[in-house]
Order: sequence, then C-alpha cells, then structure tokens
Amino acid sequence: MSYQNIGFVFRKELTEWLRDRRTIISTVVIPLLLFPVLTVGFGTMAALLIGKARQEVPKVMVLGGADSPRILEGVRKLDKIEVVAAESNWKDEIINKEIRAAVEIPPAFEADLAQQKTDVVKIYMYEGEMKSSFAAERIEKYFKDLSDTVVTERLAARNLPPSILKPFEVTQNNVAPPEKVSGAVLGGLVGYMVILLCLTGGMYPAMDLTAGEKERGTMETILSSPISRFHLVMGKFFLVLTASLATAALSVLSMGLSFSALKFFNPEGASQRGESAALLLKLGPVAVISIFVMALPLAVLFSAALMTISLFAKSYKEAQSYVSPLMILVILPAVAALLPGVELTSKLALVPILNVSLLCKELVTGTYHWNYIAIIFFSTCVYAAAALFLAVKMFQREDVLFRS
Amino acid sequence: MIETRGLTKTFKDKKRGEIRAVDNVSFVCRPGQIYGLLGANGAGKTTTLRMLATILEPTDGTAIVCGHDVIDEPEKVRANVGFLSTSTALYPRLTSQEFVEYFGRLNGLDEGTLKKRVDEIFNRLDMNSFRDRRCDKLSTGMKQKTSIARTLIHDPQVMIFDEPTALLDVMTARTIIDFIRECRQRGKTVIFSTHVMSEAEKLCDVIGIIQSGKLLAEGSLAELRSRYNEEDLEEIFVKIVAPLYAGQEAS
Repeated sequence: MSYQNIGFVFRKELTEWLRDRRTIISTVVIPLLLFPVLTVGFGTMAALLIGKARQEVPKVMVLGGADSPRILEGVRKLDKIEVVAAESNWKDEIINKEIRAAVEIPPAFEADLAQQKTDVVKIYMYEGEMKSSFAAERIEKYFKDLSDTVVTERLAARNLPPSILKPFEVTQNNVAPPEKVSGAVLGGLVGYMVILLCLTGGMYPAMDLTAGEKERGTMETILSSPISRFHLVMGKFFLVLTASLATAALSVLSMGLSFSALKFFNPEGASQRGESAALLLKLGPVAVISIFVMALPLAVLFSAALMTISLFAKSYKEAQSYVSPLMILVILPAVAALLPGVELTSKLALVPILNVSLLCKELVTGTYHWNYIAIIFFSTCVYAAAALFLAVKMFQREDVLFRS
Repeated sequence: MIETRGLTKTFKDKKRGEIRAVDNVSFVCRPGQIYGLLGANGAGKTTTLRMLATILEPTDGTAIVCGHDVIDEPEKVRANVGFLSTSTALYPRLTSQEFVEYFGRLNGLDEGTLKKRVDEIFNRLDMNSFRDRRCDKLSTGMKQKTSIARTLIHDPQVMIFDEPTALLDVMTARTIIDFIRECRQRGKTVIFSTHVMSEAEKLCDVIGIIQSGKLLAEGSLAELRSRYNEEDLEEIFVKIVAPLYAGQEAS
C-alpha cells in the first residue's frame, strides 16, 4: 500500500502534466521542432542564401593600371565580376555596398613584372560581408594565377623545371575510421545536448510540482492526506525525472531525424553536416543507449536539485529566479567538455556534469574506457542520491513548506 | 475524540526572535460535539488545527486524535481526519471525480469500495452534474462541494475545519455550515475555527477562546454567558481577550 502511494502520486501528476498545454509545448513541441528548424530550415536557408550570393556578379572598381593594359584587360574579361568606372569615393562605396570590392594595380606594374621587381597588388573589401568576400576571392584568384604563370615563364626562360620550387610534399593522413572522426566532432555536441535538455526538461515540472503547488494552495491539501512525505516526494520526483528524460529523448530523436533529412534537402551541400548526420545514424542504438544510461543518474541529480531549489520558493515566479542561475552552473562544465584538448582523466571523472559530457564524447566515437565509465556512473549516482536525500529532507521541513 | 495536552508551537523569526504561536493549549473535543476555536487573526487557531491534522509538528506537548498520537503516528492520525480550510485548494487539471478518487486511493480504499463511496457522496452532495468537469472550471460552490467530498471519502471520525467559510458568499457558506452540522449528527468529532461570532454561537457545543496562542477560556455558550455575566458572545470575547490584545498591540 505504501509504495503504491508513490504510484498514485506519479499517475496523478502525470495526468495533470499531460493536460497542461505549457508542458506539451516545452516537452514535446519545442524539442521536436527545434532541430528540424535549426538544421533543415536554417541549413537550407543558409545554403540558398550562399548560393544566391555566389550567383551575383559583383561590381568591382579597378584603381590605377592605366600603364598596365594587358592586366587591366585580363581583369575586365573576368566573367564573374563587373568592372565599373573608378571613383575617388571607392571606400565609401564598398562600405555602402554599392560595389563589392576594389583592386589597386601599382604604377608601372607590367614594366616591373618584366624587370622582375616585386610589387604589391592591393584588394580592398568589406570583411565579414559574404558577397564582398566572393568578389575579393575572384580577383585574388586571377592575380594568383597570373603570378603562377609568370613564375612558370621565368623558370622556363632559365630552363628550370617547376619542381625546383617544390623539392618535396608533406601530407597529413587520417587513420581513424570515419565514424570516429565524425564522432569527435558530434560526440561533444550530443552529450552537451542531452545534458542541457535533461535539465530544461525537468525545470518546468519541478517548479510546478513544488512552488506551483504552494502558490495554488494544494500543498496543504495533499499534506492533510495520510501519504507520507517521503512517498509524496518520490512520486513527484519520478514525474520530474520522466519529463527530463522524455525531453532529452525526443530531442535526440529529432536531432537524428533532422540530420538525415538534411541530406535530402541539401544533397550536394558540401554538406559536412549531412555526412556527419549519416554517421550519427550509423552510430546506432548502442551509443545512444549508452549515453542515456550515463545521463540517467545525471537526470536524477538535476530533477532532485531542481525540486529542492524550487521548493524554497513561495511562487512559481520566485522559483524561476532561483532556478535560472542553475542553468549557468550546468552549461559551463558541459561546454568545457567541448573545448579542444579537454580529455577524460581520473580527476575529471569525478567532476559532475563535465565527466558525463566528456564521456559522451568518447562513447559516440565507440571508445569504451570501462574504468572511467564505472567511476563516472557511480560518482554521479552518489551525487544524485545526495541531491535526492536533500529533496526528501526539504519536504520534511515546515519552514520550507510553509515559508511566508 | 481529540485531546490536546500542553500543545505548543514556536517559530523562529529573524526579526522578532522566537514566536510562541501556540502556547500550552489543552482541551478535549468529544464525538458528536462541535468544538469552536474562536480567536482573532493570528491568535494561533490555524497553527493549532494544523498540528491536530499533523501538517505541523508540535514543539512541545502533544495531541491524541482517535487514539493516535500526532507525533508518533501522524499517518494514522491523518487517516482518521478530514481537514478542510479555505487554503486547501483543488488540483486545477483534475476533474472533480478524479480529485476525490485520488484522495480515496491515498487513504487506502480499494477500487470497489472507492467507486461505491464516490457514487454515494456525489449523489448525496448533488455533484453528478459536474463530476467530469475540471476543477479549474468549477464555480466556488462546486469547488467547496468537491473539497467536502474529499474530506468524506475515507469516512473519517474526526473533522477539522479551519475558517471554512472565510471569503465565501452566503449560499456557499451555508452549504459548509449545514455540512458541519451533519457531521455532528453522524457522531463525528468536529473542531472548527472561526473569528465570526455568529457562526460560533449557532454551531458550537463548546467554545474555546484563544489569543496570543493561549487558550484563555473554554465552555458552552451558556457557561460562558453566566461566567462573564454577558449575553452577547462578542462582548464576552472582548472581555476575555482585551487585556492580552492590548499588550500584544503595544509590543
């Protein structure tokens, strides 16, 4: 009968939770829509915009070059730019985006080339502006090609082979399997996402089931029933945990589907994301399940901590102001794991959140360091148990329950 | 039956230090009797009743409710108590029936008994027209009936009412008053707090006057009238409370 009460509380909280429109939005709709919008929507839109920018024939001004007609003609003949008449306010025109770039050909450039003097060709552009970069790239390519041609001609004039400038080549070769390469990129991201969503998923129900209940006046109602406070907390806790894991699971599912959909929407897309997505899917259920097994004690920790903090508040609004700083506390270690060069060590394996985030990075690449997995799982379990113990204790404190 | 023995509750306040909300209160409330706890706001009524319902734990002293000690067996006490106050609200997203059933289950009723009890109470309180309506869509009267149904679902022997008519309109308040009378007729032990003199006059078999956490006087209305040589309960109340109230106001 007693443990049955935990089930009764859970069932009741679940019924109420599912009937709350805000819940459906924050737990189901947002996680399911977030990734398709971010990846397919955003990615497709970005690809469209970039494509459109590339198609534009940018206006470019040529400054000087009257004494270098051959080169000037070469620039004018470039089919992907439109050369416009030079004006003195060319800088303003670039800034105002009336022209995309300008190129300054030094005086007597052709003559200097013939005499093998080194000159500087200056390209002026609007840094960070995509269309301006494309224009600058095209001009730069023309002058680089010209430079290569001049070098080849000079070598030929001296009967020297082009290889004289390239005595040997150096290459970097990857030996890691492609899924591990992609995992290294995506692993941190997946772990970060799961951790963050476990927290955000539990936030609303934790506040609603504690501070919200105080605010609505139902706390006194339930406390007057014969249920023990321990069973009451546990019933509520299981609901918060369910919400936390459901949000994370739906988001990962949505992320996987979005990445795979990205390939259809953006097949050529140089789509690194699309290719990575295929690899993410190849990682398959084992990695995903492993991540969730590791996230479970973390979700317990978050759920219990959120309930403990929210219970202090007198109202839902007050609870929000208490819980918000917790986001930063969670995001910082989760993001730290994404930094290059941060890898699991026996000390870091004891740092909550950071340890799971780092482990997720490894799990996604198919690396299983069982000693670390054991340390992280058990240490997180200990932190989770401590947080849950604290939540139960808080529910037994009259000054917290009836704070006014 | 309810018996309190030196019931005391202190709270710590950062500014005011230790506050004795209830101070050494002892009284007995018998089955088939309505005990009225009469006091001004902040006199200690709610704290006393919350201790009897085991929502708060006494700092000192104790109370025996239906043979169970509020400190040692709080869950058994709650299983024998129906607690109703203006602050015992309903779950907004449950229907009236789901709400009552939830408390029935928490009180250990099996599904068969629960269904029978729910039907019986909903018929008796004329609640069938809104049994499937969500609590946040109910009128104040419907909400009060749902709350009453909650307190009755486990057929408790003791009923505790904490200012149950505060902020209610006349008709809804009347439903509650009738319900309290019915509880007495059914032989239940009833304790109820109020600061409304007319309610105490109409309902109570025994009146306890409480101020600053202390039970200052106790007796039937007739006993109090003869003891203080006054007819009007309000005058009696003022006579008893005034000296302490003035002191409290000054501090």
